[in-house]
Amino acid sequence: MEQQKGNILGRIDWWAILLFLALAVMGWLSICGASYSYVETDYSEFLNPSVRTGKQAMWMGVSVAVGILLLCIKKHAFKNLSWIIYVGTLLLGIVTIFIAKDIKGSRSWISIGSFSLQPAEFMKFATALTLAAFIGSRDFSIKNSKDIMRCIGIIMLPMCIIIAQRETGSALVYLALFIVLYREGMTGIFLLMGISAIAYFVVGIKFGSDNFESLPIAIGPYAVTVLIQFFSIAMVKFWCKHDKTFFILLCANAGATLFAYWTAIYLIEFNIMAVQYLLLAFNVVYLLIRIRLNKEGKNLWVAIYIIGSLVFYQSCSYVMYNVLKPHQQVRIEVLLGLKDDLSGAGYNVHQSKIAIGSGGMFGKGFLNGTQTKLNYVPEQDTDFIFCTIGEEQGFAGSAVVLTVFALFILRLIALAERHNDKFGRAFGYSLAAIFFFHFAINIGMVLGITPVIGIPLPFFSYGGSSFLGFTILLFTFLRIDADRDPKKRV
Amino acid sequence: MKNLNYDNRKYILAGAVVLVLITYIIRLFNIQILDKDYKNLADSNAFYYKSLYPSRGLIYDRNGKLLVYNEPSYDITYIPREIRGIDTLELCRTLDITLDEFHSRIKRSKDRRLNPGYSTFTEQEFMTQLTNEEYARFQEKLFRFPGFYVRKRSVRQYTTSAAGVLLGDIGQVSQKEIDNDSYYSRGDYIGKQGLEAAYETSLRGEKGTEVLLRDAHGRIQGSYMEGKADTLAVRGKDLTLTLDIALQELGERLMQNKLGSIVAIEPSTGEVLCMVSAPSYDPALLTGRQRGKNHMELSRDLRKPLMNRAIMGKYPPGSTFKTSQALTFLEEGIITPETQFSCSNGFVFNNFKLGCHAHYSPIALKPAIATSCNAYFCWGLHRMFGASKYKGTKNAMNVWRDYMVSMGFGYPLGIDLPGESRGMIPNAEYYTKRYGNYWRAVTVISISIGQGEVTLTPLQMANLGATIANRGTYITPHVVKGIENDEIDSLYRTPKSTMAGKKAYEEVVKGMRYAVTSGTCRAANIPGLDVCGKTGTAENTKGQDHSAFMGFAPMKEPKIAVAVYVENGGFGARFGVPIGALIIEQYLNGKLSEESEAAAQKIQETVIDYGTAER
Repeated sequence: MEQQKGNILGRIDWWAILLFLALAVMGWLSICGASYSYVETDYSEFLNPSVRTGKQAMWMGVSVAVGILLLCIKKHAFKNLSWIIYVGTLLLGIVTIFIAKDIKGSRSWISIGSFSLQPAEFMKFATALTLAAFIGSRDFSIKNSKDIMRCIGIIMLPMCIIIAQRETGSALVYLALFIVLYREGMTGIFLLMGISAIAYFVVGIKFGSDNFESLPIAIGPYAVTVLIQFFSIAMVKFWCKHDKTFFILLCANAGATLFAYWTAIYLIEFNIMAVQYLLLAFNVVYLLIRIRLNKEGKNLWVAIYIIGSLVFYQSCSYVMYNVLKPHQQVRIEVLLGLKDDLSGAGYNVHQSKIAIGSGGMFGKGFLNGTQTKLNYVPEQDTDFIFCTIGEEQGFAGSAVVLTVFALFILRLIALAERHNDKFGRAFGYSLAAIFFFHFAINIGMVLGITPVIGIPLPFFSYGGSSFLGFTILLFTFLRIDADRDPKKRV
Repeated sequence: MKNLNYDNRKYILAGAVVLVLITYIIRLFNIQILDKDYKNLADSNAFYYKSLYPSRGLIYDRNGKLLVYNEPSYDITYIPREIRGIDTLELCRTLDITLDEFHSRIKRSKDRRLNPGYSTFTEQEFMTQLTNEEYARFQEKLFRFPGFYVRKRSVRQYTTSAAGVLLGDIGQVSQKEIDNDSYYSRGDYIGKQGLEAAYETSLRGEKGTEVLLRDAHGRIQGSYMEGKADTLAVRGKDLTLTLDIALQELGERLMQNKLGSIVAIEPSTGEVLCMVSAPSYDPALLTGRQRGKNHMELSRDLRKPLMNRAIMGKYPPGSTFKTSQALTFLEEGIITPETQFSCSNGFVFNNFKLGCHAHYSPIALKPAIATSCNAYFCWGLHRMFGASKYKGTKNAMNVWRDYMVSMGFGYPLGIDLPGESRGMIPNAEYYTKRYGNYWRAVTVISISIGQGEVTLTPLQMANLGATIANRGTYITPHVVKGIENDEIDSLYRTPKSTMAGKKAYEEVVKGMRYAVTSGTCRAANIPGLDVCGKTGTAENTKGQDHSAFMGFAPMKEPKIAVAVYVENGGFGARFGVPIGALIIEQYLNGKLSEESEAAAQKIQETVIDYGTAER
């Protein structure tokens, strides 16, 4: 690989550094706002290393120092060392399960003297680097299903370890790495499957027990069958690109569904669920016939998709009520609006919405929030840190923070895209995907849109390990980015 | 493949980021700008709504004598941030608490689950309901405890030591009560038992609020809009009871050292003149800071002083019940006043015998009531259940049941007190379930003499007396006569009729009068008062017979009906009759004669030994 000439300082991306610094400073100020409890009248107290703001400042200093050190390591060194780092952190993760103290049911913290580390935060870095190195290796092909399985293995292994540490929320972050595979050319079918799975689950569980007003039929399963029709017919059109098959299926399904529905409502009651199942069966049979007659091979996958969807939905209800623990059930039910449990699982989200809502247009001003100060919001300087911003900086400030964060992610995508080798691009996308997942889930949780999954907001939430972990990710990429070869294309 | 690099996918991914950003900004806009709900919820922290407590309604007896009133009591509060350098030991000594108690009180007020409004800048409850003396002691040294404050509340006070279980008590609201009624908030008081609970909404009044502004530090900055948003507290409504407190006090005195109940009713109005449940307790025990401890002791007492036996006790009515049988048989034409039955020391039928005491035979209704002949009423029931007009024992049984229910038995009468029991009146179905289809009058014969499955509350017995006094009607008994600026429930103003007619009642009245002049109730024959009565001696599983009396006076235009029930008191004539007579005398004459006073003293001092079993 060709080395670029010139000083490293001239080659690194200063836009990314600037956005990082902006996020870090805003993050630290938010922690000041969240932990300030009218006790300190002297603002210099914020830097006292015995309080949380002081500790965080110390960690931030350490992180930046580590970041600068990373800038001195060359790109190929990262690539070559990736497997060693991967195996090392995984081993550390496994050891953690056994030596960690039980903190609120999770075993993910190692205490060393007076401070503690969360190895899971560094496993993200190791996994992203290894995945990128694997994708960047010479004989890798996204079309090779063995290679795909290896990628999935690289992603799933740390997930399993983190689940064993009882940190299910942090484990979910690794799913974001599938975005990298998608960008590298993995078929979009997996993404469609992911999206449709979420749709089936949400619709099916949420309306699972509600009946139609005039029919003794549950809305949930009915809506799921309609969704399966929609997704499968869309697949025929946009993925298989079989226009005739698409047209026939569309007419048959839309016609029969609507006809059955109207008849049942206005003429005579009958079991319209049966019609739906018959239609799906018809679709499967028709698709298979078209394979034989017209050699439309991809139809097989659509047929499998239809059957798989039905099986998935049935197992969802089973998992929801027979496998999940009661507190997990409640979290899901609160999120879907089935339960309004303001003193239990819904309490955090409700209080965080009050805090944010009370901010208004311009907020109450730095250190002047009352909701967060009176300790109404739990975990206010970690997972729910965004409340403080919402309350003290208002809509204007929050929108700025969100925008800066989005710009940061978009900048990472732009940097990844300008790479001319797969290693750099995949690593860049890993970063973008991880930051995006944290951003979307954490803010969504605080705003009451996504489930309450306890993951931090990068550079904002209090916590040394997470800040250090994200900084290592970023600065490694900045060095890899600085070493890119602008001429060669893959 | 046209594009091996999938370059267009970067737009999809970047688009997803932008889409999430826009979604979240729209959501923020909704929460922060459009939706005012969240702001109001947050304002409830910026505004401090200080409750202004109304004084609770007073309670008077039927003659206008004050029974229950309020006296100031004092709560000690503290503002955590303002406590500086106080001598904790000195504070504990002044308040007479231990150091451990001090720390546990502080800890409890900091527990966010118990006290969600905890802030180091606002007043937190430290100790409640100090008496005047305790307050005076604390007030003297208050300057030495910066950060501690005193808040004035009020506490119930009583002019009488009687009627504890009837008046009931108040205590701090429970979480369940807060959930059920949004009027209440933590720390409020609510009626827990008796009248305080039954008339809670009248007595409590209407809380007011003072709207105060809090700064960002939670400190009170002054009133909002110069008090224009404040609402004043409306004091609770006063109650006038139907109770005659002198009668109540006499009743409780007579029942000392015994278990049981006395209920007296004014027949023409259904007003309860006294309602004694023994053992009784002083209502003052359940006020103030000692309430918790005393309540615990009372509720652990095996003799259940917290149970109002007058409405919750279910007792076999014994022979007092025979009056209701006579009414039924007369009305149904089973007997006439002249009908005679033979009694050979009891009711004998095939191999079955139910004993009776010695008296002449055959016997007619009037002397049968007067001497309380068992056989007479057994034969009556036997004849009724065998009567062809009912087409079967079961139908006859249900007609009988309807009569009993019309007299106020078998269901709660509907008195304005919580927890009234219904007693027990069996029906045909009940016996069929128990004996199959082959039961006869003789199977259930003991119900005709108020034994067997039949149970009544003392209130139902007294109401039977009132019904007979009224010759066939009654007004649902009640203990509240008037509510300030309000009407009592129409239930307590509307007469109800039983299924028996006036003529039947007159016969029974004659029998009851005869019982007093020359029967089992001779001890109640107070000159000039024309008492009518019926004794009861009820067999039971708990030992000696229960001693009962049911009667009214005077015979014409009766003013009082009374039921007395003394658990394990022996013959009805032993306790029931003399106690009933004293109650009637006290009420009608306004006082007891010297002779009666001596008798009362003797009864008061008589102890019935109940052992240590739970009652």
